[in-house]
Amino acid sequence: MFDAINPMGERSLSRSWTIQRRVIGALLLREILTRFGRHNIGFLWLFVEPMMFTLGVTALWTFAKAGHGSSLPIVAFALTGYSSVLLWRNMPGRCISAIEPNLSLLYHRYVKIIDIYYARLTLEAMGATISFVILTIFFISIKWLEPPEDVLKVFAGWAMLTWFGGALAIFLGSLAYDNELVDKIWHPASYLIFPLSGAAFLVDALPKAAQELVLYIPMVHGVELLREGYFGSAITAHYDMAYMASFSATLTFLGLLRVRALRNRVIPA
Amino acid sequence: MITLTDVSKSYRTRGGWVKVLDRINLQVKRGEKVGILGRNGAGKSTMIRLISGAEQPDRGTVTRQMTVSWPIAFGGAFQGTLTGLDNLRFICRIYGVAPEDKIAFVEEFSELGRYLREPVKNYSSGMRARLAFAISMVIDFDCFLIDEVVAVGDDRFTRKCQEELFEKRRDRAMIIVSHSHDYIKQHCKRVVMLENGFLTYFDDMDKAYHVYSSDNQSITN
Repeated sequence: MFDAINPMGERSLSRSWTIQRRVIGALLLREILTRFGRHNIGFLWLFVEPMMFTLGVTALWTFAKAGHGSSLPIVAFALTGYSSVLLWRNMPGRCISAIEPNLSLLYHRYVKIIDIYYARLTLEAMGATISFVILTIFFISIKWLEPPEDVLKVFAGWAMLTWFGGALAIFLGSLAYDNELVDKIWHPASYLIFPLSGAAFLVDALPKAAQELVLYIPMVHGVELLREGYFGSAITAHYDMAYMASFSATLTFLGLLRVRALRNRVIPA
Repeated sequence: MITLTDVSKSYRTRGGWVKVLDRINLQVKRGEKVGILGRNGAGKSTMIRLISGAEQPDRGTVTRQMTVSWPIAFGGAFQGTLTGLDNLRFICRIYGVAPEDKIAFVEEFSELGRYLREPVKNYSSGMRARLAFAISMVIDFDCFLIDEVVAVGDDRFTRKCQEELFEKRRDRAMIIVSHSHDYIKQHCKRVVMLENGFLTYFDDMDKAYHVYSSDNQSITN
């Protein structure tokens, strides 16, 4: 156990990985206890909260009989759509103010800024994913929803949305450290992007010109793939995963670059 | 051995860049006790952060061939909503030590009793400091960083800390930062003085103090 602090071997990759895994694990447990505590349902809030969101929106859309340009059941539509919003909207929210309250942790050499992000992102992804899975199983069991036609595609779409959300989060989070405008702009921006994100429409139902524009928005592709996995033949999905992947990869790269630059700027306090 | 080679560090302030450390060189060998003397704002804490690896130098290198502690008795990293025990577990996890083996020691040493299972935010500052010191002693390091005098709790507890640190761990290297000449003289063989970004080295403690206090004089005059 203690050999892991052996400074001679600190530079080796496998040792760094051991340390980083340990630190992220420790931060993860700390986040869970800090955010959800041990009272009432404790860490169950991790996915109960997103479930409440999704259920609420599902109910609203059902009653409002929201038009979405297809014959799909509205529950299925809301579940696939809103769950994906939780991923890309909450992850940046958690990362934008992640450094300041944890500045003192950086006195422990092994704790890096990126670990704080990774821990928070893991937690967000876990919450959204568990909520999505439980609600899917629940709606299938009460026969409001057919089982997905192609689980692998659902998984791929979800994974791509998670990657995009995480990359966006690290990018915006690190940018926001000494730039308070980012936080100010992200809130209205996330509201405005929401209706454009593909959560509330099928690309196929839009006019041709609008389709082209909307397909510039990366998360649309993930949601379309997710829905193709769910509904398969019932819809015509429009997506270009290479586009979404290169967008996410660029964001990841820029985000990591920025985190690296922060290393020399952030002063533990 | 810890080696600082040509280490520089600047901070941006409203009035422009301030160079806190200017091509500093320092070596600390195993078991060696080195004091860093300097006035408030001279950059002592910056140096400690660079040595501990919590911060990176702008220029130059810091190499560590022994394990280095975080600044001893530093309680700032506690999460107030978590219990003392949770905070102990967190530190143990980060350094890869099994927490179960350490609980008894912390419980006993910190004299916190059942409060160890209460949220840290309900602690008095003395209780916090006791917990912080006890946790600092849980992880074994080759070199301990001590930022300012370790004066925790009442006299009896302070003595207990001194014993735990300076007697039981007398074979370890220590880097002690302070503006108290007496404290450094008591524990260190060698002292460096930090002033205007530069280090001056002294083997003779009293000579260091002489320079230090005369500088202070000229400032107060």
